Amino acid sequence: MLTLIAVFAPLLGAVLAGVARPFIGKHLAVGASVLSLVVSAVAGVGTLAAGLQHGIAAPVHITTWVSVGNFTADWSLRQDMLSLTMVAMVSVVSMLIHVYSVGYMAHDKTMPRFFAYMSLFTFAMLMLVTANNLLQLFFGWEGVGLVSYLLIGYWYEKPSANAAAIKAFIVNRVGDVGFAVGIALTYYVFGTISFDGIFGAAASHAGDGYRLFGTNFPVLEVVAILLFIGAMGKSAQIFLHTWLADAMEGPTPISALIHAATMVAAGVFMIVRMSPVIDQAPVAMQFITIIGASTALFAGTIGCVQNDIKRIIAYSTCSQLGYMFLAAGVGAYPVAMFHLIDHAFFKALLFLAAGSVIHAMSDEQDIRLMGGIARKLPVTWLMMLFGALALAGIWPFAGYYSKDAILDAAYAVNSPVGYYGWACGVITAGLTAFYIFRLFILTFHGTSRAPKHVLEHVHESPLVMLAPLVVLAFGALGSGYILHTDFIGTNFAGFWGASIQDPASSPMLRLESDPAWVAIAPLAMGILGIAVAILFYVLVPALPGALSQRFGGVYRFLLNKWYFDEVYDALLVRPALRLAKFAWHSGDEQFIDGIPSLLTTLTSDASTQTVKLQTGSIALYAFVMLIGLLGFLSLFLWVR
Amino acid sequence: MTQFGFPILSVITFLPLVGVFLLATLQGEDAQIAGRARLIALVTSLIVLALGLYLWSAFNPALPGYQFVETAPWLAGLNIAYRMGVDGISLFLILLTLFLTPIAILASASITKRVRGFFSALLLLETMTVGMFAAADFVLFYIFFEAVLLPMYLIIGVWGGERRIYAAIKFFVFTLAGSLCMLLALVWMWRNAGSTDIVTLTHTPIPGNVQDWLFLAFLASFGVKAAVWPLHTWLPDAYGEAPIPGTIMLAAVLSKMGAYGFLRFAVPMLPNAAATFEPVMFTLGVVAVIYVSFVALAQTDMKRLIAYSSVAHMGIIIIGIFTFTVEGIEGALFQMLSHGIVIAGLFVCAGVLLSRGEGLVLSRLGGLAARMPAFAALLMVFSLANLGMPGTSGFIGEILVIVGALKVNFWVSLLAATGMVLGAAYMLVLLRAVLFDKFTRPELANLPDLKAGEYAMLLPLAALVLWLGIYPSNFTHVFDAPVAALVQAHTASLMPHTALAMVTTK
Repeated sequence: MLTLIAVFAPLLGAVLAGVARPFIGKHLAVGASVLSLVVSAVAGVGTLAAGLQHGIAAPVHITTWVSVGNFTADWSLRQDMLSLTMVAMVSVVSMLIHVYSVGYMAHDKTMPRFFAYMSLFTFAMLMLVTANNLLQLFFGWEGVGLVSYLLIGYWYEKPSANAAAIKAFIVNRVGDVGFAVGIALTYYVFGTISFDGIFGAAASHAGDGYRLFGTNFPVLEVVAILLFIGAMGKSAQIFLHTWLADAMEGPTPISALIHAATMVAAGVFMIVRMSPVIDQAPVAMQFITIIGASTALFAGTIGCVQNDIKRIIAYSTCSQLGYMFLAAGVGAYPVAMFHLIDHAFFKALLFLAAGSVIHAMSDEQDIRLMGGIARKLPVTWLMMLFGALALAGIWPFAGYYSKDAILDAAYAVNSPVGYYGWACGVITAGLTAFYIFRLFILTFHGTSRAPKHVLEHVHESPLVMLAPLVVLAFGALGSGYILHTDFIGTNFAGFWGASIQDPASSPMLRLESDPAWVAIAPLAMGILGIAVAILFYVLVPALPGALSQRFGGVYRFLLNKWYFDEVYDALLVRPALRLAKFAWHSGDEQFIDGIPSLLTTLTSDASTQTVKLQTGSIALYAFVMLIGLLGFLSLFLWVR
Repeated sequence: MTQFGFPILSVITFLPLVGVFLLATLQGEDAQIAGRARLIALVTSLIVLALGLYLWSAFNPALPGYQFVETAPWLAGLNIAYRMGVDGISLFLILLTLFLTPIAILASASITKRVRGFFSALLLLETMTVGMFAAADFVLFYIFFEAVLLPMYLIIGVWGGERRIYAAIKFFVFTLAGSLCMLLALVWMWRNAGSTDIVTLTHTPIPGNVQDWLFLAFLASFGVKAAVWPLHTWLPDAYGEAPIPGTIMLAAVLSKMGAYGFLRFAVPMLPNAAATFEPVMFTLGVVAVIYVSFVALAQTDMKRLIAYSSVAHMGIIIIGIFTFTVEGIEGALFQMLSHGIVIAGLFVCAGVLLSRGEGLVLSRLGGLAARMPAFAALLMVFSLANLGMPGTSGFIGEILVIVGALKVNFWVSLLAATGMVLGAAYMLVLLRAVLFDKFTRPELANLPDLKAGEYAMLLPLAALVLWLGIYPSNFTHVFDAPVAALVQAHTASLMPHTALAMVTTK
């Protein structure tokens, strides 16, 4: 019952804020949305507490959705620990973002629309995490995709916002094609798409083959890769990551919502949810590991040179999601979940703190035009510091526990792919600490580089924005320490119960067996990264400029985000548009329509010619008739 | 007769003709006539709709065959009879027609010349379409199938846009040329079976080599109607030039005639040929999905963009039908319903803009979300349904077809699924061009939001979109029995021995 309330309260809030606004007024509409989220958060935490105390309950069955042949999907809410944990996290973080937005969006003209979208977003994410079958998961999946489209394009007068919104939706859809076909293939193999049915039979289908490209592949490998392609789109992994940074076009609370609690976490969650199937697909797992580790490193390198405060944090999300996939790929699903939850807190904190800075700086987002505002924004400064330390993985903040565990797990699998993941992860740990402290120092310290009129207006944000920050800061500080025993420590098997089953080969059982230097490496890299940031931006401020001059090629390569957008534009977008025009004008209008047009021309030409035979001379007609008669007669005689 | 004590199907079919008669007897001034004609047409269509809903409530979804069967002797010497009946496949297509006719009547506020004639044509169209879906005799079907052309031809040719004559003639010639092939096939099958009863025809075996020729004949006829690529080029012209109510009927209902023909005749009567041509049909379907989606992306006019998107969706329907799986065929049927409702909603939205004196050229629209939020929200709902968003009707059909196709072939499934990306591309481009960005012209800022009459059209359609998307079981349960029977019969006729074995193990 509590789960039901937690999931559907945001939907009610969205409907009230969106549809009923003309009848209830602006303030009531916003109030309804925020209140619905408070209800949802209370119920969400309550249902998790109830689950911990009394054990997990059976899924809540609402009604049938689709039922055709054996293809049956219900509307229902799954209540195992994996779902309950996510419900609690999503509802709480989203509630905090709602409260923050009351302050941040106070001057917006269409505020209820914003809140309707945010509540709908939360509802879609909650439907996703409580799904009891692949189709409902896909419903939530597409739902968050849709609302993210609406939110990124929230300021729809801006062409860049519209372009970013469409890009986000379409890139996500590319991944979704993989996901949809993956669902179909799952149904083909298992005869069902309900999770219990799939998980129960996963092991027995491990040996099944599937013919593609004339070769026989293990079918579960194909399923796992297709599902992962979906996850790559949603979680912005390399090749399908291009939408994430552009998604900054939306208002800042949206970035917090997309990057922390909802949307991008969905891909990781789905892979963890499908872990019984993924576990039967070792090649796919290696693929996941490589993609995750590469994304972590790749996004980390870009983060180091960006100048937009939100863009840096966005690339850090991309990078941290890579860590999560790295953990999932080596089979350490609880660790992936651990990092997901930790990350939700500190990433929401970072974004909201960045929002507070942007709010104070009259909507300036370029960190080169900030600096020296620490004194004026003391609370924001402290909050950002907490977030940065958590992201950099410094003890005792959240990131320390989860990032360490991920790298331990990667090392513990003791395979080339595992070592590759570990190496990427350790390097990225240093990069992460560097770029986030670069952001921190350039934003708050040194001499101010902002124009004078902006500087005069710098002010601390109102309480309604600072209070959520403080709550999140406690999360960033404490979640790692508090949760690690249950999530990945001695009690992990008891905590996750049946929701995540770790096979004997899982590195979960060997996390502590790595050599000491392996365990200490990420922290050391983190501290090194911070030290370099201090060196570059406090001690020798001329150094970064000199380096970017010296290594101009590398610098531009990173600044332009490895040229992914340019390459995609040249290889995919523009040819597609050209093809579209060609197909229309040449294909349809000239070629296909050409055939009937040709026929009509021939017909009318022929008739013009035949008309000339109608001379009106009776003698000529009689003569032709005679000839014809003779012809037929001779034919008749000849054939007979 | 039937369990109602009166021939309900014939009543539903021919009741609109009573409306036509009333329209013909109207007298008075032009303005008066126009108002009354609209009222008469609307009331007639609503009465027929009520009868249709009554039919649905009395329909027994457990039976696979025809229900409410009516038979009357007609041309007895030729073994042709007046036979009407409805099964799970045709029930919702009839209801779709009945539901959309009043919407089309409501959408015809812009028609001001020859109003009486226009509504007569619309009601006549309703009669012919319902009769075509309800016919249980091939000759009867053929007559209705052809008769649909006449009112539609008039609607395009008399009340259409600038190039209406070109579009009307193109429409007429394309469809008529296709139908002639069907007539030949009809004559052959009639001689072969000695009857034109559809049930008898379905159970009369046809030699394999003849089946192929008959299938090609059906393909020519139904393919044109369903706008199967490359027989689709009449469609953008016809949709683009027809007046909005005509476009609604054409896109939402008439385009389903072809797909219905495949399901009713080509697949069950010619199982071997259908199996032989399966790869061809898949290819045509996939080409429709991909190629036509690209063409849609290049469009510069809202109406033509929607028209091309309609062709792309027909591709999905064709793929679904020719999977010969329960999932695929039910997906195709569901997509037919969904597409009918969604496309009607989109064209009504286009009509809203036209009625405010705006053109539909995309580059001259934009920014309408600011002043027309209700319009924006509803256009968004239909667009999302059109691109297959879960929770709307468009998703259910699409995913079922993808699932059904995967049972047959991975690549067909994958390529059909690419429609998800391309569909999103052109629909989002449309949304951006109409609703978002800044106003391209200052006049756009003064457009009023939806009026009561427009809500009356759009809200029922939107409600249906959500109903079909969230609780589709009301509809799919009606499909279950006939589709299962169809698939079983198909499998049995292809592999008699296996089918026999399946029966014995049961």
